[in-house]
Amino acid sequence: MDLINYVHEQLSQKRTLADFKPGDNVVVSYKIVEGAKERIQDFRGDVIQIKGSGSTKTFTVRKIASGVGVERIFPFASPNIVDVKITKHGKVRRAKLFYLRELVGKKARIKERKVNK
Amino acid sequence: MNGIIGKKVGMTSIHLENGKNVSCTVIEAKPNVITQMKTEESDGYNAFQLAYGERKAKNLSQGLMGHLEKAGTGPKQKIIEFRDFDPTSLVSPAAEGEEAPAEGEGLAKKLGDLISVSEVFKEGDVVNVIGTSKGKGFQGVVKRHGFKGVNDATHGQHNRQRAPGSIGAASYPAKVFKGMRMGGRTGGNRIKMQNLQVVKILQDKHLVLIKGAVPGHKGAIVIIEK
Repeated sequence: MDLINYVHEQLSQKRTLADFKPGDNVVVSYKIVEGAKERIQDFRGDVIQIKGSGSTKTFTVRKIASGVGVERIFPFASPNIVDVKITKHGKVRRAKLFYLRELVGKKARIKERKVNK
Repeated sequence: MNGIIGKKVGMTSIHLENGKNVSCTVIEAKPNVITQMKTEESDGYNAFQLAYGERKAKNLSQGLMGHLEKAGTGPKQKIIEFRDFDPTSLVSPAAEGEEAPAEGEGLAKKLGDLISVSEVFKEGDVVNVIGTSKGKGFQGVVKRHGFKGVNDATHGQHNRQRAPGSIGAASYPAKVFKGMRMGGRTGGNRIKMQNLQVVKILQDKHLVLIKGAVPGHKGAIVIIEK
């Protein structure tokens, strides 16, 4: 295990993304390569899960796009993530918000948490 | 064939420069000792015998101990012969600030010398990895031979979901043919995974990252060959 951690230390870039938690609403700016062109795409949604450790740590963002639930998993260590912005802090009672998958409309909202900056 | 003996550490995934995430196996290959050099004149073929790992001296026969002492080394865990090992293709890794040595120059290796992983492989090489697969115990035909089983739980099926079905005809041939695939001991075989890619080499800790999975459990001895 120590050697695996050594590999992570050597090969994954060290940087800190915004400190978000499950329930927060975030905008992930993600680099997309189409042939020779590069552009940045935003994915806005609620963080429903943070999972893993080291350079294999990931987070899952869920949003409703034209009536269909869409989830995307991003690795924290991905060099394609340009930026993560927190738009809303959510007030939730658990670490994995999979119950949101069963809910639609007004019930699928997350209460906002006031944060003193 | 050039190669090296190592130990499987485990699996992880890393991001490449182009942003791709690849899962890879980490193999620790500390420098191997050359314990014998066979030549056409003395043995009829060319080969290098390499040794890897540590072992207690009391677990080695005196004959083997003497053989290792000839190479000036202590008790070793694993000794493997690589046929037609070509030392002229070895490349010493370029030190900081130095120019990379021209390929094909080779390194003069003699008995008792160490061969390190960065001398044998470079990043991007295509290699084969040999290991002993994990033992699965006594398994049925679905896991062992990939039989489909019965895909239906209804239509009169009962206790038959993973059964092998018929194993032959009746009074002619009145026997089950040899080699009929049935349940039994599974895994624990010598497996060679071919055409795997060397993703990264971390020279300081003698680690090789190989794309994909390799046979065996964590801590198992594996052979990487080119």
